[in-house]
Amino acid sequence: MSNSDVQEYVTVTIAGQLFGIPVLQVHDVLGSIQLTNIPLAPNEVAGALNLRGRIVTCIDVRKRLGLPSSEEESQRMSVVVEHHGEPYALLIDNVGEVLSLKTDQLEMNPATLDHRWREVSSGIYRMEGKLLVILQIDRLLDFAGSSVAA
Amino acid sequence: MTMVSELVLTRNQLLQMVRGMDDNEFTVPLQRLSHVTTELQEGLMKTRMQPIGNAWSKLPRIIRDLSHDLGKKIDLVMHGAETELDRQVLEMIKDPLTHMVRNSADHGLETPDERLKAGKKETGRVVLDAYHEGGHIIITISDDGRGLNSDKIKKKVIENGLATESELEGMSTQQIQSFIMRPGFSTAEKVTNVSGRGVGMDVVRSNIEKIGGTIELKSEEGKGSVFTIKIPLTLAIVSALIVECAGERFAVPQISVVELVRASTDKRSDNTIEMINEAPVLRLRDRLLPLVHLNDILRLETAADEVAEQSDVKGEEEFIIVTQVGAYTFGIVVDRVFDTEEIVVKPVAPILRHLAIFSGNTILGDGSVIMILDPNGIASQTGENVIGDHTHEEEATRNAAETDKVAMLICRAGGEEPKAVPLSLVARLEEIEVDTIEHTNGQMVVQYRGKIMPLVTMSEDSKIVETGRQPILVFSDNERTMGLVVEEIVDIVEDTLNVEMASNVEGMIGSAVIRGKATDIIDVGYYLQKCFGDWFGSSESTAYGSSHSSQRILLVDDSPFFRNMLVPLLSVAGYDVSTAENPMEALAMRDAGREFDIIVSDIEMPEMDGFQFAEEVLNDDRWADTPIIALSSHTTPQDFDRGRQVGFSDYVAKFDRDALMNTLSQTLRAGGGAR
Repeated sequence: MSNSDVQEYVTVTIAGQLFGIPVLQVHDVLGSIQLTNIPLAPNEVAGALNLRGRIVTCIDVRKRLGLPSSEEESQRMSVVVEHHGEPYALLIDNVGEVLSLKTDQLEMNPATLDHRWREVSSGIYRMEGKLLVILQIDRLLDFAGSSVAA
Repeated sequence: MTMVSELVLTRNQLLQMVRGMDDNEFTVPLQRLSHVTTELQEGLMKTRMQPIGNAWSKLPRIIRDLSHDLGKKIDLVMHGAETELDRQVLEMIKDPLTHMVRNSADHGLETPDERLKAGKKETGRVVLDAYHEGGHIIITISDDGRGLNSDKIKKKVIENGLATESELEGMSTQQIQSFIMRPGFSTAEKVTNVSGRGVGMDVVRSNIEKIGGTIELKSEEGKGSVFTIKIPLTLAIVSALIVECAGERFAVPQISVVELVRASTDKRSDNTIEMINEAPVLRLRDRLLPLVHLNDILRLETAADEVAEQSDVKGEEEFIIVTQVGAYTFGIVVDRVFDTEEIVVKPVAPILRHLAIFSGNTILGDGSVIMILDPNGIASQTGENVIGDHTHEEEATRNAAETDKVAMLICRAGGEEPKAVPLSLVARLEEIEVDTIEHTNGQMVVQYRGKIMPLVTMSEDSKIVETGRQPILVFSDNERTMGLVVEEIVDIVEDTLNVEMASNVEGMIGSAVIRGKATDIIDVGYYLQKCFGDWFGSSESTAYGSSHSSQRILLVDDSPFFRNMLVPLLSVAGYDVSTAENPMEALAMRDAGREFDIIVSDIEMPEMDGFQFAEEVLNDDRWADTPIIALSSHTTPQDFDRGRQVGFSDYVAKFDRDALMNTLSQTLRAGGGAR
């Protein structure tokens, strides 16, 4: 088994569903944070936060995926990723572990998946007892008419 | 540079922490650190400063080439080339400056022949000037060329659909000229190698605004144009005012803040926010300042309401940040103002770039992230084009306010509380010797200018002084005069008049707030009638003809004051008066099948003005024959012409009661004769 066949993912849970984020893209995992609200921002933008002197834009992944917002607002964690040199914090419910998974086991998204999910997911892993949805960061951050690329 | 910015921020953060606890072992070293940081920052700034001449070095060459290509003689004069500014800023204004100088040479200056014809020197001049002012650097680019042709711009504006003809009508020359800084605008007839490709001044403007600067334009046709650019000295660290709105904090760059005003919605403070048709304004010294509520702009209203419910801070006291963007001054209403802080402007994340309202964000001393408001963005968010038509808007509001202003005579009579009467109704103010008052037939009279003038008092209990002189207000109509006895003539004020409470007391129209005091408005009509039952009875101004009572008038006026004022006058004169608050109401009456002999309509009304109303009336058979008389508080010949065109039978100034009466009877006579 060569290294290229294996991808490592950080697993996170959002609304009970397991998601995977490529570990190399993750810069930080943050506990509860102080957010600054940004008025007029797209709905998915939860606010901005100060991460060691850098201003990080926080994205509410629940909203991005069209899920209802969490009741335990304060308990949430976030994963900081970088996209085009800009840091973004992804607001999620919980962070799990790091998994090494074989790339050939990645399965296509089922056609019946919600289009918002299909948009951001690069595939599904069948795990024991549950399914792991792999998130594509660049797609995840590419909302509201691809204004990120601009 | 960013490193020093970070250092400054960290220093601020530490200072903030130490400020909380007094007498700390950290205090002294921190002060030292703070000192060093400031010095380092200043030192670095100095090394970054470069003379603006560096950006100008290429200009003489460009001008020389241009003069060769265009066959013009051009003299380039540069003042203040040694003025220093931040390298970064310099880089950013280099291209806009070059473009503008080119513009001046190409569009601005005429050919030598044209110049000679216009009586100018053959050689045109383009003058560049740079100097410091406050924390800004001011650069002016002026030429002595042909200036901007307003008519040409107007034509172009209409062609490009940037504004309608009627909108242009109300604009000042400067506003019209400012259109050249709108996107997609070029007045050059020929597209030349040099300029005229429609990408020009708007790009210059957006580049300058990007670095927090402003650009203004002044031009006189035939004499030349002057562009004034105002830009901050440095971008790295700016001083910002921290404000709170709806529980959120925001930073406003200090450079755009002119002043802070504390206002209350009740009467406790000197400054109160007033409303003109739901548009908040503030009277600030000699001008009317349009206001925007920050929570409205940021759509934080619901949140604010919740906060207000919890703390009821809102509504009692508000802070207004008077902000200037270009020539446009407006106020931003916020809930609280904290202190100023040095901040490092960091660009916002790309996904938020489309929010014009934020120029960036930063980290405050306490470690929290704060959004930096962009006054330019706020100005354009509120529907104002920063350089374009803002003054127009402003003037409109000012006009609206002035329309409502009425000169009132304040006096005291029959009680302590002030009474007011529209000055235009008063013929003269007199003081009469008490000895000269005589009594005939139970009525006090005085001989006045060879005639007998009856005197009336405001109420039964108001007394006439025993000796000395008694002030009276003289009301006069043709040959009749009446004196109204008052105790004291206090003042004449010009104020907006809003009759807020109708009065049940005879002789009073109602109460209004004049100069912050509740004031009774005297119903002159009542006293006139009391004095001479036939005041209007036999004179020229009687209602037309014998059918005294049957003349039906519809009075359309949005101001309750004028309705209240005119209705008694007209009723006394024998007309049957109906009123409508606005043209819509009047048209509803038409639809309901009501008929009138004559319509008296105000011109300035919200939603539908008198002109539109007249057109509506004429376009429908039912009322097409009904004559309409226009009432207006400011009459210009243009208004008059327009009024006639759309079908007003006549035009009367709002306060000219005699003219109104005469016009009414004349019009009715003419109309009646024709029918």
